[in-house]
Amino acid sequence: MTRFIFGCCLQARKLTINFMFAFEELKNQVPDIEIVPMDINGTIGAIIPRENIQDIARLIKEKFGFTHFIDALGVDRNERKMRFEVIYNLRNPETKERIFLKVRCDERDPHIPSVVSIWSGANWHEREAFDMYGIVFDGHPDPRRMYLPDEFQYHPLRKDFPLMGIEGSIPLPISEDMKVRMN
Amino acid sequence: MIQEELIKIEKGSEPKQKIIEALLSKDTSVTLSEDSLDHEMILNMGPQHPATHGVLRVLLRLDGEMIVNAECELGYLHRGYEKLAENMTYHEYIPHTDRLDYISPIANNVAYCMSVEKLMHVEIPRRAQLIRVICCELARISSHLMAAGAMGMDVGALTVFVWTMREREKLYDIFDILTGARFTVSYMRIGGMAQDITPECITMIKTFLDGLAEATKEIAAMLHKNRIFIERCEGIGIMPPEEAIDVGWTGPCLRASGIPYDLRRDQPYLVYPELDFKVITRTECDALARYFVRFDEVAESVKIIRQCLDKLQPGPIFADDAKIVLPRKEEVYSSMEELINDFVLVNFGQAPPKGESYFAIEGSKGELGWYLISDGTGQPWRSKIRSPSFVNLQGLSRILEGAMISDVVAIIGSLDPIMGEADK
Repeated sequence: MTRFIFGCCLQARKLTINFMFAFEELKNQVPDIEIVPMDINGTIGAIIPRENIQDIARLIKEKFGFTHFIDALGVDRNERKMRFEVIYNLRNPETKERIFLKVRCDERDPHIPSVVSIWSGANWHEREAFDMYGIVFDGHPDPRRMYLPDEFQYHPLRKDFPLMGIEGSIPLPISEDMKVRMN
Repeated sequence: MIQEELIKIEKGSEPKQKIIEALLSKDTSVTLSEDSLDHEMILNMGPQHPATHGVLRVLLRLDGEMIVNAECELGYLHRGYEKLAENMTYHEYIPHTDRLDYISPIANNVAYCMSVEKLMHVEIPRRAQLIRVICCELARISSHLMAAGAMGMDVGALTVFVWTMREREKLYDIFDILTGARFTVSYMRIGGMAQDITPECITMIKTFLDGLAEATKEIAAMLHKNRIFIERCEGIGIMPPEEAIDVGWTGPCLRASGIPYDLRRDQPYLVYPELDFKVITRTECDALARYFVRFDEVAESVKIIRQCLDKLQPGPIFADDAKIVLPRKEEVYSSMEELINDFVLVNFGQAPPKGESYFAIEGSKGELGWYLISDGTGQPWRSKIRSPSFVNLQGLSRILEGAMISDVVAIIGSLDPIMGEADK
């Protein structure tokens, strides 16, 4: 009954089987690709190596019709290897299915190929992930920060950034009045 | 040449110039005519502008009166709600969801609580589901009335704004009786809701719905044959369906581009599968179509609420799970076990199983969802808000290209962005 309330999970199961075939096909083309399919609370997902994300994104968009880019989010997994993760939330407007693609990258080399050339909707989401986690999206057309000012150096959603912020990390505007008082 | 000069001019007055560089380096699809004015101008709009619906800043690159390029800047209302969520229990976060889309706070409550419930595999009883649907639809009416009124005000029809605010005032009275607060309601709880709906409240809702039909008729008489309103909104801000999908639009904006995407139908939750309503779509893809989709959805919401009120039967409003649902106050004061549960829930929070989950409802602006990652403790490891206003605004620079400067306010109004939600 819970399944019914939260949407069509049975469809997702069927889709998983389809995707397994697709991934097999992909494996034949690229022999050493490692795709880890997973179940995200009733929706299917897969961890994809970051070198192949653009190829797989194109395949998923063109062959499976996942044209609707819903969301992308960064995650700080706080692990020594593969610290950061980006999750793409995609939807097929024809069949109404949903899929999550996950890409992981290391802290020392936080680069992930951008998918803006495939879904233009990824633009602001990737900027947000860069703003919050410092994940650099290679090939992004407009790699600015999304919310925070450009002169801010930190990435606040990382787990090592304190909740109360860092003192002096951002210069506050000081009025003439204040300057006189400080002198 | 012009661009260098412009950057130089901006350097003196504006410390933040990355946005201007981005604006100037952006490709444009606008083809300038032979007699273009040959000099460009950058106009700053916002963040303190009455027609941008909050603190949205838009930089416009103009050729005469035509917009060549536009660039949005967000973050003036950024409060870091995703960081805050990681540092509090699941219950403590509910009041913060009110402050996201502050025009329809109750729908945010529902979306968040249902995301957590999905993460914890809780199912709420039928009466609670019906009340949640009623709340969501009341919030949708509130938001759409606001959008219609504000859009009318943006193009000069001030009366409509006052009339829609009058109706929303009645809605606030209903929320006051239903939840105890008028604006930031925090009504939902994980596994149920704060208190049951009273017969008095049901009567109020019924009276409101009867009056609303009359009010929408008045608004329609005021706007739908108003030549100024129609001519100012028709044919501007056109978003073709393929591009709307590509940018990631959801909600009334996408439905106005002819795509019948509605989570209430496509991924039914709560009691929506049993209810009879239409998914409103339009094929004109312009600002006027977006207005009409919202206006027609109000009538559908009224239909849904009437059906839900008919189905409402007495019953529990809380899921039967002491490890998740906060006990009632009178039980806490009289029974030892409830006191212990209350203590644990308030101090350490519910501990959902390790895992991830995404759930979204059809909010008034579009797909409103939470991606939650739990590490098995009482606080979420990651709580990502999928806010529809943020994504809908992403299409703004696309639809502003080639528009006239006088149409900017109408186009922004037709998107109905709420900056509290877009900036998180």
